[in-house]
Amino acid sequence: MGLVMADELLLAILLTSVPLILAATGELVAEKSGVLNLGVEGMMLMGAVAAFGVASLTGSPYLGILGGGLAGLLISLIFAVFVLGLATNQVATGLALTIFGTGLSGLIGAPLVGQSIDGLPSLIIPWISDIPMIGAFFRLDFLAYLAVVLVGLTAYVLNHTQFGLVLRAVGINHDSAHALGYPVLRVRFMAVLFGGFMAGLGGGYLPLVLTPHWAEGMTSGRGWIALALVVFASWRPWRVTAGAILFGGITIMQLVGQARGWAVPSQFLSMLPYFATIVVLVLISRGGRAQFGAPAHLGKNFLITR
Amino acid sequence: MNRSILLLLVAIIALGGIYFYNSSTTKEEVSTDEPLKVGFVYLTNPGDHGWTYAHEVGRQQLQDHFGDQITTSYVENIPEGPDATRVIRELVADGNQVIFTTSFGYMEQTLKVAGENPEVIFDHITGYKRAENMATGNIRFYEGRYVQGVVAGMTTESNQIGYLAAFPIPEVIQGINSFARGLRSVNKDATIKVVWVNSWYDPVKEADAAKVLIAEGADVLAQHTDSPAMLQTAEKAGAKGFGQSSDMHKFAPNAQLFASVNNWGPYYIDQVQKVLDGTWSTGEGPDHMDGNTWKGIGDDFLVLTEFKNMPDDVAAAATAARDGIADGSLNIFAGPMMDNEGNTILNAGEVLDDGGLAGMNYYVEGVEGSLPN
Repeated sequence: MGLVMADELLLAILLTSVPLILAATGELVAEKSGVLNLGVEGMMLMGAVAAFGVASLTGSPYLGILGGGLAGLLISLIFAVFVLGLATNQVATGLALTIFGTGLSGLIGAPLVGQSIDGLPSLIIPWISDIPMIGAFFRLDFLAYLAVVLVGLTAYVLNHTQFGLVLRAVGINHDSAHALGYPVLRVRFMAVLFGGFMAGLGGGYLPLVLTPHWAEGMTSGRGWIALALVVFASWRPWRVTAGAILFGGITIMQLVGQARGWAVPSQFLSMLPYFATIVVLVLISRGGRAQFGAPAHLGKNFLITR
Repeated sequence: MNRSILLLLVAIIALGGIYFYNSSTTKEEVSTDEPLKVGFVYLTNPGDHGWTYAHEVGRQQLQDHFGDQITTSYVENIPEGPDATRVIRELVADGNQVIFTTSFGYMEQTLKVAGENPEVIFDHITGYKRAENMATGNIRFYEGRYVQGVVAGMTTESNQIGYLAAFPIPEVIQGINSFARGLRSVNKDATIKVVWVNSWYDPVKEADAAKVLIAEGADVLAQHTDSPAMLQTAEKAGAKGFGQSSDMHKFAPNAQLFASVNNWGPYYIDQVQKVLDGTWSTGEGPDHMDGNTWKGIGDDFLVLTEFKNMPDDVAAAATAARDGIADGSLNIFAGPMMDNEGNTILNAGEVLDDGGLAGMNYYVEGVEGSLPN
């Protein structure tokens, strides 16, 4: 009985961390190329409304995944045009993107309120899924499995391919990369679009799996947690995944603590993930950015000098 | 560089403009012959379920009832902060003669604008501060929760009830305690596990909390939060639950036992009728108690949807409890009543008055744990 319960809780932890894994991995790639996109919350909401809308219209949650990713990609295109094309301030543009995404998703989603869809089914892998504890990892859905594959691909491309090397070089020093003949803006453009696509998938996970309806602002700040996670994980994909599961774990365990009457104030546990992020930020500012893998040119715009 | 800053500013203003246009559009229904103008302030957009939706249904009933005699309009997505003051002032400037502000967090703002505009009538929902031109209206939400408790007590097999709560304010605590009174009236072994979500509206967190409660053994769930996420989770897991503020059966056709529906129409109609007749008043005295309306099932302020997904005997018990509350023969908080630490709150023969209800700061028997400070 005890193990069955623990299994259910582990599954809940994994499910609640999937949107964070997806969005944070996308943001990680954008940041590695030197672009800070604070619009994750807005992109996630666009992904959520599009995923729900497509799934509701076509009846297929799998097409919903695609819709969510594409919507995130499209809205990040706006960001890319401003930040890369017009060299606008990244922080201000990112914040504007969040406000824009929040408003636009509410407008688009108005007719979808109150509808219900069949979410993504669990794809239970027989035999392995019956093993206690580990089994929970094999009772997920298509998008969750896809998330793991995407994290693996991201880690591989960033660390073991020439494209990854160029992308990191662009983030560390765009002037040097430019001098060496690498297409700084094109690389960043692709990184931003990838970030948007992943944030869209992450947002789409909410209505497709976690709670199969659309509601305005349903991400409730998860985009900001994803941003914090990238810092928390010091820009490493697998650490982002571990960090997201840790965040998810704290979220679920504070609810469990309440249900079991643990004598820890729920507000304290709710605060923990944010507190951990602040600690990491302090450590980074003390220990130097490079040591933690922060791209040196993060947030700086590249202007081609002739 | 200057050019790009300019572009950015233009973009931000444009994006902001779109956002705010969307968030505070005023929608009006026009009629003729200088009708009475009635304005509403909504916390969110009405959508089709939950707290604000219930107010929107009430507004439509009001409009239909009086037809050409009044025009109604609403402003949606107004946060419970200083900005609400501006919005309420705008409604006054637009010529609204009666203004309903439909969330607890508008209390101070409504009071402030009421003080500035003595010729306009204000009606604040769920608050307790009144003025000569500001009344308050509230529903005895907790009455519906007693009936939920009765149904839960007869439905549960694990004797574990999960309860999602938003914030530890009196209204929510009344609900938990009333639920526990109903639960214990039919099932002495059942207990309630309360989980505080610290939000009125966070669908993902509500779904997480519901999953946790089910994993911890709860098989019937209740909620004092706004989204249908809990019911959807219960539906998927094969558990049961109750809808909040409005009927949510379409989200959970097999899981929703019934919903307590907030029915504001009668209150709005009553208030506007008094204004039209010239008899509207909050009375004398510092508290203006004549302007205080707090009614429940007996006055149709709270309506329970059809009892579904339960055996006939449970539905019969629910009906009996509902009718008993409606005709006054059943008093939910009548002694003997103990808190969950064994202290006596009410002796046999005593009943809790409205002041005692408003000041509840304890859990009654049947609720696990202790109230957060």
